[in-house]
Amino acid sequence: MALSKKFIYPLISFSVVIIIWQLVAMYSGWSESVFPGPLPVLNSFFELVANGSIFNHSVASLYRVTIGFYLGAIVGIPLGILIGRVKAVSYALNPIIQFLRPISPLAWIPLAMLWFGLGDNPAIFLIFLSSFFPIVVATAIAVSSINPIYFQVASNFNLSRVEMITKIVVPAILPEVVTALRLTIAIAWLVVVAAEMIAVQSGLGYLILDSRNALRMDYVMVAMIVIGIIGLLLDIIMYKLGRLGFIMAAKQHS
Amino acid sequence: MGSIKIEGLSKSYVNKRAKKRDINDPEKAGQVIKVFDDINMEFEDGEMVCILGPSGCGKSTLLRIMAGFDRATTGKILIDGQETFKTSPDHVYVFQQNGLLPWMTVWQNVELGLRHIEDEAEKTETIQEYIDMVELTGFEHHYPSQLSGGMQRRAELGRALAVNPDVLYMDEPFTGLDYLTHLKIREEVINMHSFIGKTMVMVTHFIDDALIMADRIIVMNEKPARVTMERKLNFSRPRNIEKEPGLRELRDEVFMELGVSYVA
Repeated sequence: MALSKKFIYPLISFSVVIIIWQLVAMYSGWSESVFPGPLPVLNSFFELVANGSIFNHSVASLYRVTIGFYLGAIVGIPLGILIGRVKAVSYALNPIIQFLRPISPLAWIPLAMLWFGLGDNPAIFLIFLSSFFPIVVATAIAVSSINPIYFQVASNFNLSRVEMITKIVVPAILPEVVTALRLTIAIAWLVVVAAEMIAVQSGLGYLILDSRNALRMDYVMVAMIVIGIIGLLLDIIMYKLGRLGFIMAAKQHS
Repeated sequence: MGSIKIEGLSKSYVNKRAKKRDINDPEKAGQVIKVFDDINMEFEDGEMVCILGPSGCGKSTLLRIMAGFDRATTGKILIDGQETFKTSPDHVYVFQQNGLLPWMTVWQNVELGLRHIEDEAEKTETIQEYIDMVELTGFEHHYPSQLSGGMQRRAELGRALAVNPDVLYMDEPFTGLDYLTHLKIREEVINMHSFIGKTMVMVTHFIDDALIMADRIIVMNEKPARVTMERKLNFSRPRNIEKEPGLRELRDEVFMELGVSYVA
């Protein structure tokens, strides 16, 4: 019963949305080229799937997001640990981070293009910026809120500085960091579409811009739907990651 | 192997949260606050001593300083004549609650103090030995959150004993346990003490626990924190307070000392 409700209810709500979409397309007075209905969009979807372009654009976007997001995590997590553990570093870097953080990654577009030219790099740089700040801040907060008992246990059993990081800090912050990564990848996915409207010739953002220029609103809608589906899948993957046994175990007591 | 001597130990700190308007109240005015002053104690090797007192009397701070988690302002702690002020696996602290690392299984927690053993077979055997000793056989690969409060406490005791320390410090080790589990773990600690004979210093506010477990009790009182009573307990074990007039008298005396008179 509960399980079937879990599937039936969203099915109903999606059906309602599609019906409304169809009704608006039929009776709004907008022409099909301005507001295509569900069927023409489905047609165009199969068209783009058949010629492989939707796949290529998705891969291009995912590639940029993945690289930028990984870079953000690789730099952000260790720096966050350092800020959380060392007071001097925290005092030195925190104001700079708090100052740069509220600046939208999109504000960096002109500089990114100037510095990195055309192609993947400026987009990757923007994804990096949008991932780095949330990750570094969340990691630093997670580290500074570790229960001091764990460090006392560690020193009681003579753990070295390296073991302090690998056996205490990293596992202790894992649940919070995974949650931060889940939120961050959603932001990165938002930013990549905007970033791809400049300086590149591929990606879902480029597909939207290019389709608009060609007045193909059906392609715009296909791209939007694919963006939504991929975003959902990324979120599910990150959620499943956060449900792994050893991460859940760390969550219980902290 | 585990005799401890505390000489002239005092602990004070500066109240940093003081506000200007509190200038006339020395406790709030950013002045030095004394937790305790000039504490002198001795613990014999293998002795089980319970320190009793109301919360805020500094007994936990004293234990934390002995364990090396906190520094004393003046004075010394000597273990077997050696001055010590650092944490060490030679004297292990058993926490009130949540002392196990939650992201490690029982096995990994016990392994924490045995990392230096290079021979894998020997290490495995030692870990298993102590897990068996605290009766957690079959729960080696459970995480702390999957264990009951009593089992968590036993796992922590196993981890502490596995490093074969000279001294065991216990800070209210029965806190958060239900009544029956409390009694059961208490009995296990008594048996463990008679079996391994480590020096144990336990801080508690349960008078009955102290009377049933201790070779000697030390009563501390607050403001200023000081030792107000000290008594050796030469009663045979297992002890029963109701059946032992001497223990009943002592209990009344301790209650009086702590300012509770109606019990008598």
